[in-house]
Amino acid sequence: MGSGHAHRLHLHGHSPVHRLPAHTKLVAVLAFVVVVVSTPREAVWAFAGYALLLAAVARAARVPAGFALRRMAVEVPFVAFALLLPFVAQGGRTEVLGMQLSVSGLWGAWNILAKGTLGVGASVLLAATTELRDLLLGLQRLRMPPMLVQIASFMLRYGDVIADELARMRIARESRGFRARGPRAWGVLARTAGALFIRTYERGERVHLAMVSRGYTGAMPVLDGRAATRAQWSAALALPVTALAVCLPAWTL
Amino acid sequence: MTTDPLTTNPVPYSLEVSGLAFAYPDGHQALFGVDFALERGERVALLGPNGAGKTTLVLHLNGILTAGAGSVRVAGLPVDRAHMAEVRQRVGIVFQDPDDQLFMPTVREDVAFGPANAGLRGAELEARVTRALERVGMAEHADRPPHHLSFGQRRRVAVATVLAMEPEILVLDEPSSNLDPASRRELAEILTSLDVTVLMVTHDLPYALELCPRSLVLSGGTIVADGPTPKLLADETLLHAHRLELPFGFSPR
Repeated sequence: MGSGHAHRLHLHGHSPVHRLPAHTKLVAVLAFVVVVVSTPREAVWAFAGYALLLAAVARAARVPAGFALRRMAVEVPFVAFALLLPFVAQGGRTEVLGMQLSVSGLWGAWNILAKGTLGVGASVLLAATTELRDLLLGLQRLRMPPMLVQIASFMLRYGDVIADELARMRIARESRGFRARGPRAWGVLARTAGALFIRTYERGERVHLAMVSRGYTGAMPVLDGRAATRAQWSAALALPVTALAVCLPAWTL
Repeated sequence: MTTDPLTTNPVPYSLEVSGLAFAYPDGHQALFGVDFALERGERVALLGPNGAGKTTLVLHLNGILTAGAGSVRVAGLPVDRAHMAEVRQRVGIVFQDPDDQLFMPTVREDVAFGPANAGLRGAELEARVTRALERVGMAEHADRPPHHLSFGQRRRVAVATVLAMEPEILVLDEPSSNLDPASRRELAEILTSLDVTVLMVTHDLPYALELCPRSLVLSGGTIVADGPTPKLLADETLLHAHRLELPFGFSPR
């Protein structure tokens, strides 16, 4: 949506994937993740197939591999947990590189790693090709409770305002010689957090007043009338449908 | 002012406040019987020191606060529960902090918020939004997020958000606060070009003199003076008694 600074996950572009309506992409990603999660973990080749599918989407969306991989770093804490599993799980043991590892633990780790990575990959692609604002509109179209959509869109609007406020408070603190060093500074930081909370609370009240003054009665008017065409739906759903075609033989074979 | 304006006056007053008194729930009484009326198309300044009850009065004009005693009428309509939606359509309040007023992710959606709440949709809504933005010279910024605009631009968009509702009366709370001289002049040009009744709440006396032929002085919860702005500003004893001061070197004559 126009100029301005987009969020860091977003990659501005005009590829066919970018142009798809947000709600079709949301449904596609959700369905893809469900298919991936329901695949038996022993069907290693199926996961390779899913990865290829995502790579194809990334290519169509012109998202560079490096961009996508860097943003998949959020997964790292889960990877650490998955790597622990072979050491702590019970059951039959096997020897790998001279270490006694649990067989079920190894499968468990693989399961988490493969499905997690594919899920994160799909989400990163969604975020890279969809503006936050459009994601919210998409959720609204998908009948997400309007209250949740409103809360999320206010976060989007006021995130910067609150961050600025916090930055000003920090500058004011430091201008009077404050340095956050050690536990003795925690009291000051806690009071800053408290003051920020009160300020945001008061701003919330003022925003509400302004909304009520313009006729707000609890529901946001839905202004986005663009429905997705059949072609757009089928383009978006091509991903989960192909994934399903990979998943079914994985169950039967 | 004591008789019904609908019968005595072919064109009802844009705003008629009579005997308005209000006390906050904590017992603090802010208004002690306020009386005044604005003719259609007038531009009037409401002057008063901090704590005079200006904001409290403003919040009565569209029924956010409801009178403890007395009444408010907008274009002949009483401000009460039965007429609330209609009254909020007709009284456009521009609040002091544009960040409170502009809560939607883009300028266009924000300007559309009020008319959409009134049930407008589609091309009609689009035309209303464009017209309102053109009147404040912000049409080319329609797709930008409000927090990426300058403060003066945000204030102008805030004016557009209420103009889009085609109000009977425009109420501005401290419109000149935090504006640099150029933005201040631009806003003045916009306000004088509008064909609506304007009530401007301020303690910026030169701005009142520039824009409003008539002024009211609110002090201690009552209207203590009502007359032509140049005459009121020349009355040093009046100004002094109510903590109003002209800037250094400024002469109203």
